Amino acid sequence: MFDIIKRFGASTIEYVRKMGVMGLFLLKAVLFMMIPPLKFGRFLKQIRFIGLQSVVVILLTGAFSGMVLGFQGFYSLSRFGSDAFLGPMVGLALIKELGPVISALMVTGRAGSAIAAEIGIMRMSEQIDALELMGLNPYRYLVVPNFLAAMISLPLLTAIFDVVGIFGGYLIGGKLLGVGAGTYFGEMAAYVEMEDIMEGIYKSFSFGLIIAWVCCFKGYYAGAFSGFGSEGVSRATTQAVVLSSVLILVWDYFMTSILF
Amino acid sequence: MIQIESLYKSFDGNEVFRGISLEIPKGLILALIGRSGCGKSVLLKHVAGLIKPERGRVVVEGKEMGTARGRALRALRGRLGFLFQGGALFDSMNLFENVSFPLREKTRLSHQLIQARVLRELENVGLSGSEYKYPSQISGGMVKRAALARALVGDPEIMLFDEPTTGLDPVTGQSIIELIDSCHQRLHFTGIIVTHEISRVSPIVDRIAMLHEGVIWAEGTPSEFFASQDPVVRGFLGDAAKDMS
Repeated sequence: MFDIIKRFGASTIEYVRKMGVMGLFLLKAVLFMMIPPLKFGRFLKQIRFIGLQSVVVILLTGAFSGMVLGFQGFYSLSRFGSDAFLGPMVGLALIKELGPVISALMVTGRAGSAIAAEIGIMRMSEQIDALELMGLNPYRYLVVPNFLAAMISLPLLTAIFDVVGIFGGYLIGGKLLGVGAGTYFGEMAAYVEMEDIMEGIYKSFSFGLIIAWVCCFKGYYAGAFSGFGSEGVSRATTQAVVLSSVLILVWDYFMTSILF
Repeated sequence: MIQIESLYKSFDGNEVFRGISLEIPKGLILALIGRSGCGKSVLLKHVAGLIKPERGRVVVEGKEMGTARGRALRALRGRLGFLFQGGALFDSMNLFENVSFPLREKTRLSHQLIQARVLRELENVGLSGSEYKYPSQISGGMVKRAALARALVGDPEIMLFDEPTTGLDPVTGQSIIELIDSCHQRLHFTGIIVTHEISRVSPIVDRIAMLHEGVIWAEGTPSEFFASQDPVVRGFLGDAAKDMS
């Protein structure tokens, strides 16, 4: 019995310690983000990787999310004779919730996993130690560019997702099911406020921070927290994707319920 | 000069160092030997400041590694070169980019000067013509040579070598040892070589220290070391000779 309590206590302390390390990691990353110099070349490279190279997947998921919303929204609203409100429904659902959340989940799967794996492999093959031994700060080279790139790319990708999704919804609702373009877009303009758009932007910005934080952290501490070798890197990558996705959904709930 | 004073370290309750003291005068090379898992690489990482001691001090060029933080630690590390066991080359960069990286990031030298210096350093380690190859496209011996070039390009005052010949065939291993020797003749760095291959390394080192049971068990010049009657030293030398043959 005493042994069980002891083990429970030890694992709790270890868990709290890991959370502390993770918190300190975020603090350091934010600190180094504010202190120049910025490794601009690396930052542009990550913008290309996280932002530009995610556009295709965002276009696809955005279009199909909007089309599904068009179908579901039309059949639900037409039961109450309110199919004229399809535009606002699709617009608000995409701009406030689906756009930021699905974009973030897509970026986590596509870029977040790669960031965790890349940094994890660098940790395992002592490349991060080599950086430190050159008298260079690994945060500036590996962490800060990813943070900035993710925080800039996510709102832009979300905006693309929203626009494509809205047109996807119109394609189904307007062209296929007969809601007029004037009704669809006119009602949307009447009901979607600027603060709804800002809500989506704030959310996607914070999701960008979450993705960069979790994925860089999991890669950076691969070995210490997730085991050694290729198995350690694979575990770190899995943990990065799962934890980022869960945190995105949890944080989305808190932002929606408390802040807006 | 490197001074290690009463160093203690344990991992998960397992005591690795139990009061290590060692001094390497400026410009000399020390070979650090011992059985696998005795903590040789851990000691090297203490000297580089990658691991902090529990008790005791590591003093490099008059500055304590364990207490240095931030910019002071980075400045201190800038005077060190470290040859990792696996090379630790940046795998997304070619050899030229790898070797030029410390110069590009830490100095304000012009592109032409950096290029000239990197090409000279690659030539010194016998890698002319391989500048644009990636680490995954070259052999283990070439990786070690490139890593050596990268470690030496900043003219370090202290060089730390972690198993420089492990995993290499005897001919390539010997060429790496000769390369270290010629670099030492040129740069006069203070060095520590962690190795198992004592007979191969002994001609180029000034002193040999043996790490055993968490302490420096024996230390001396190569000739003193090979003449030692200590059973632990004799046992290690016997095993090492068998491994070599």
